[in-house]
Amino acid sequence: MDCYTANWNPLGDSAFYRKYELYSMDWDLKEELRDCLVAAAPYGGPIALLRNPWRKEKAASVRPVLDIYSASGMPLASLLWKSGPVVSLGWSAEEELLCVQEDGAVLVYGLHGDFRRHFSMGNEVLQNRVLDARIFHTEFGSGVAILTGAHRFTLSANVGDLKLRRMPEVPGLQSAPSCWTTLCQDRVAHILLAVGPDLYLLDHAACSAVTPPGLAPGVSSFLQMAVSFTYRHLALFTDTGYIWMGTASLKEKLCEFNCNIRAPPKQMVWCSRPRSKERAVVVAWERRLMVVGDAPESIQFVLDEDSYLVPELDGVRIFSRSTHEFLHEVPAASEEIFKIASMAPGALLLEAQKEYEKESQKADEYLREIQELGQLTQAVQQCIEAAGHEHQPDMQKSLLRAASFGKCFLDRFPPDSFVCMCQDLRVLNAVRDYHIGIPLTYSQYKQLTIQVLLDRLVLRRLYPLAIQICEYLRLPEVQGVSRILAHWACYKVQQKDVSDEDVARAINQKLGDTPGVSYSDIAARAYGCGRTELAIKLLEYEPRSGEQVPLLLKMKRSKLALSKAIESGDTDLVFTVLLHLKNELNRGDFFMTLRNQPMALSLYRQFCKHQELETLKDLYNQDDNHQELGSFHIRASYATEERIEGRVAALQTAADAFYKAKNEFAAKATEDQMRLLRLQRRLEDELGGQFLDLSLHDTVTTLILGGHNKRAEQLARDFRIPDKRLWWLKLTALADLEDWEELEKFSKSKKSPIGYLPFVEICMKQHNKYEAKKYASRVGPEQKVKALLLVGDVAQAADVAIEHRNEAELSLVLSHCTGATDGATADKIQRARAQAQKK
Amino acid sequence: MAFPHRPDAPELPDFSMLKRLARDQLIYLLEQQHEVDKLYKVENKPALSSSEQLCFLVRPRIKNMRYIANLVNADKLAGRTRKYKVIFSPQKFYACEMVLEEEGIYGDVSCDEWAFSLLPLDVDLLSMELPEFFRDYFLEGDQRWINTVAQALHLLSTLYGSFPNCYGIGRCAKMSYELWRKLEEEEDGETKGRRPEIGHIFLLDRDMDFVTALCSQVVYEGLVDDTFRIKCGSVDFGPEVTSSDKSLKVLLNAEDKVFNEIRNEHFSNVFGFLSQKARNLQAQYDRRRGMDIKQMKNFVSQELKGLKQEHRLLSLHIGACESIMKKKTKQDFQELIKTEHALLEGFNIRESTSYIEEHIDRQVSPIESLRLMCLLSITENGLIPKDYRSLKTQYLQSYGPEHLLTFSNLRRAGLLTEQAPGDTLTAVESKVSKLVTDKAAGKITDAFSSLAKRSNFRAISKKLNLIPRVDGEYDLKVPRDMAYVFSGAYVPLSCRIIEQVLERRSWQGLDEVVRLLNCSEFAFTDMTKDDRASSESLRLILVVFLGGCTFSEISALRFLGREKGYRFIFLTTAVTNSARLMEAMSEVKA
Repeated sequence: MDCYTANWNPLGDSAFYRKYELYSMDWDLKEELRDCLVAAAPYGGPIALLRNPWRKEKAASVRPVLDIYSASGMPLASLLWKSGPVVSLGWSAEEELLCVQEDGAVLVYGLHGDFRRHFSMGNEVLQNRVLDARIFHTEFGSGVAILTGAHRFTLSANVGDLKLRRMPEVPGLQSAPSCWTTLCQDRVAHILLAVGPDLYLLDHAACSAVTPPGLAPGVSSFLQMAVSFTYRHLALFTDTGYIWMGTASLKEKLCEFNCNIRAPPKQMVWCSRPRSKERAVVVAWERRLMVVGDAPESIQFVLDEDSYLVPELDGVRIFSRSTHEFLHEVPAASEEIFKIASMAPGALLLEAQKEYEKESQKADEYLREIQELGQLTQAVQQCIEAAGHEHQPDMQKSLLRAASFGKCFLDRFPPDSFVCMCQDLRVLNAVRDYHIGIPLTYSQYKQLTIQVLLDRLVLRRLYPLAIQICEYLRLPEVQGVSRILAHWACYKVQQKDVSDEDVARAINQKLGDTPGVSYSDIAARAYGCGRTELAIKLLEYEPRSGEQVPLLLKMKRSKLALSKAIESGDTDLVFTVLLHLKNELNRGDFFMTLRNQPMALSLYRQFCKHQELETLKDLYNQDDNHQELGSFHIRASYATEERIEGRVAALQTAADAFYKAKNEFAAKATEDQMRLLRLQRRLEDELGGQFLDLSLHDTVTTLILGGHNKRAEQLARDFRIPDKRLWWLKLTALADLEDWEELEKFSKSKKSPIGYLPFVEICMKQHNKYEAKKYASRVGPEQKVKALLLVGDVAQAADVAIEHRNEAELSLVLSHCTGATDGATADKIQRARAQAQKK
Repeated sequence: MAFPHRPDAPELPDFSMLKRLARDQLIYLLEQQHEVDKLYKVENKPALSSSEQLCFLVRPRIKNMRYIANLVNADKLAGRTRKYKVIFSPQKFYACEMVLEEEGIYGDVSCDEWAFSLLPLDVDLLSMELPEFFRDYFLEGDQRWINTVAQALHLLSTLYGSFPNCYGIGRCAKMSYELWRKLEEEEDGETKGRRPEIGHIFLLDRDMDFVTALCSQVVYEGLVDDTFRIKCGSVDFGPEVTSSDKSLKVLLNAEDKVFNEIRNEHFSNVFGFLSQKARNLQAQYDRRRGMDIKQMKNFVSQELKGLKQEHRLLSLHIGACESIMKKKTKQDFQELIKTEHALLEGFNIRESTSYIEEHIDRQVSPIESLRLMCLLSITENGLIPKDYRSLKTQYLQSYGPEHLLTFSNLRRAGLLTEQAPGDTLTAVESKVSKLVTDKAAGKITDAFSSLAKRSNFRAISKKLNLIPRVDGEYDLKVPRDMAYVFSGAYVPLSCRIIEQVLERRSWQGLDEVVRLLNCSEFAFTDMTKDDRASSESLRLILVVFLGGCTFSEISALRFLGREKGYRFIFLTTAVTNSARLMEAMSEVKA
């Protein structure tokens, strides 16, 4: 361990910086980096190189080539650049490559060089061309800032939701600023630019000149500026070789440094870690790398090769043609443990564990020392934390071993932190692997979250690794394995060289009935790639028929969609498809389709009944459904038509339809109604009063009540009203009129077809006992008893009943006998009964 | 007199949970609004409220959408802006949104759903309160409510555990059942582990037994429904019942002690029972005469209130009884019942037919006449052509030509049909098989539906012994079987089927009946044989009536339950009776 701190470089009194190798690059670059446009994504993301970007010849051999590599230099994609000249490259937060062209068009490519989309930065940019462009990240996503040939800035804070903002003009700006950068304050993006000795801050409303506090005098120009990863700090490099470091708000100076190099640096980036007090800036020239901070001395490295700096959350990645390194401030826990002659509890614990392995009693001494100070818990925590910051698995292991060893002597140390660290490190070591090439540090990983890391693995099509991680971390299936399998399937359907059957089968085999996997989503993707047949095959695996419908509709398989919708039993879905079909097909075909689907048909009919009466008619017409058509016109005759002519016409149409339907009864009834309607109209004209819409029966009754007996008779004859009805009708009407004379006349006109009991009943109903008695005598023998009882002649009723020797009648009479008055009658009946029984 | 349950009768599950659930959801929905200022009925007229926002709580019907659209458009014309919110219950239909869109107000309103599908009307009666179900499904063939039914069943199985045994008959029952199964499959886990509280579920379509629903009801609760119309478990007793000048709204359920004892009784017993009760009550009142101060204090503080309450209810029901008696004896109720019984037993058909004709001629009641015609048609497998024509002609003459459409509806639903000469079942079947070879699929379904509508009542009645052989008088005080709900003349077909299937625990041996019911393809049994079900829960049976059930059927099954030690729970799309069925089929001038 003696040399463990060999690569630690102190900066000032309190901080060490170390640089270690992540990978030796395997990309066999022929060009120097300086001949390429370079963009590397943060969080160990991919690297994009555009070779020959400035050549304008059309010859294919010298056309620019766009290459994409993983952080370890593994080639991911390579494509010939055929579009316009590119000014700047950059990665979005979703790891999409944004290529800003000179004409202001931004082309978006995926990680694998697949073209996604493009958008324009506006007309103004198109006219004045792009001078310089930056891709920057905010909490809303990734933004693009552009400096045009007219020295104006245009920016969009989020390319996912493109809103272009043209920044105000800088007064009197004649030439391009010597350097500029985007700042993000209070959730708004600003631009800071340097023109000669002046600094200007542009927000969307105004341009204001700013002065950094405590800036050394004599500055005539700013050569470089750098904003920290979190937009909190700003560094300025002046032509005097002076570096100013302060807050990004330009309100406070943190420190300054004079490096006495007047050559403009190639790159300058911040190198600080979250929650650390140390501030440092890394400045790179052609062959020199310098770390400066709040210290009189700086750390200097020699650069053997052309190098490129990538600012990260907690350090700086530096890659060149042959290596990829990471430079960062040594974290506090590591510093405590590994600092030479450290007596920190963690350091002692590590030492104790080593001695223990050597089976030396010193182990006990070290342990005692820690325990006496009561710092064992702290020691274990230190070891765990330090392990997270180590890059080498060996070192991680020995630290974890020490932590585990220390844990044995603690009663109640919560195991979570140790377990989680072990799991996290396993995941980290797996993704740091050369073949995967995502050199995340522990802090970056925690910031990124496991979900995003999984997304990135999926994006790199590393499905097996992603699934292994999910299973290892026991993530819930829906967020973990299922999601990844679904992504895999979506990728699988894009493999055009595999047949539809094979793809469908392979997908089904892998996915089976995994919960949370939507076959319809995968099918939608397949359809997106133009593989309709495959999409249909995949939909077959979708257990919920309702889910199949929208895609089938999109694929114009409407009829299939209709039957699936019906299968689902969801009438809403059926309706959706129906409306779709209605717009898609011509009317005839639409109706034909409906005809074969009774369920859909009745649904549509219901809708039409309320909303589209005409369509309903067409529907019946199409089906030659004359019966329904007839009914339709009948309804129209009283619901929609108002004029009498219209109503009769509607009825005529209905009658015709009924004839066609071979429903003669309905046809005849309809014709009768036409006659009746006309007649009622005439009656209204001639007699006044309300006749329209009365039934035949009511019409006749109204006539009788109005005293138009002749007309009533005529009507009854015309419409062949049966005798029985006519008698009931007249009887009721005359009784209502209380025209007893006419009633009696009527009763004598001929023999009543309904008997005379109804006469008795109706008179009694009008409380006319006198009239009732008249008819009671004429009632036939079977109903005589009833009639007599009705008029209240119990005694006579008893006589008749006895005469009839009818048991039922006898009991009926008996039940009408009320104790006081009819005592004698009751006795009589009882006697008759007894007699009958004797016989 | 009221039959106590057997001591081993299982406890009913607590359905008040359903009410609480629905209430909480509604409160949640309304809380997103501001305070509710006033309630209005949704009608086709302008809203008088000056409130800044209107909230509509509606059934998802196209008509309602039009009303809302008119209202919103009127507001727009008047230049006033309000917020509108439509809450659909129990669910939103796409067609409704379509109408809103077509009327151009889709952007002006916001929509929500109130998934209130099960209203517990009583301890053993859940209603979906969807009277339109009957017409929509059985007449128009509209299946939109089936999903609602499936969801309601799903809710029940979530709350009370899945049902180990399922039986069903009818096309709609089958569809509901399958949709419900699908819902259960989609939702995994949790509910499966629950111990089932209800052992059996029995789904049946209304159209497998129209006869029972068409008969006049003579059990007290049924009679009250027929006479006064029970709405959502409560009834409006008019001045003639309350013997005051005010109407009174009365809740009718097991809480009402008096009602609970007479609801399932044949009407002829009710009066006697009530007078006995009145005497008892008087005796209890009278007790206070010999009391000293302390006893009196006790009496007043503890018993008096209960007695008063009972007194009030008693006088109400006596009033109702009197009112019913007046009505029922006036219009020759006995004659009507006699005709019905004759129809059920199948004798004196000619006499019954002329009775019906007279009924129509005298314009006694359009709905009653229609009911009798349907009853005649179903029991006789359709009317003979001559009668079919003449009765219809008479009816049209009495009640107007628009009823031509009513008849067309009734024919489509299979309620009133014409006997085709020589059209036996086999003849129809051969016709169908011929059509199957035809490619005209639409016609096949027509043929099938006409096949489904052959009632075969007579044969079924014989097979299931629906008309009890009576030796001597049927003692209505001590009922022997379920026939008591129709004065001992007829055992309700639906209830008999349930009894038979429960006895066998399957449809086995009922093949012939099922065939005669024309439901053969749609009878199903699903015995998951869940061993975890306790013996108690296995005696709880949920009966689901799709298209409505009558109080007579409920009474009959309650009786059956008492006899066999079961408890029945009823779930119906709505409580119905003959008049409601007929009204659903009738065309009326708008």
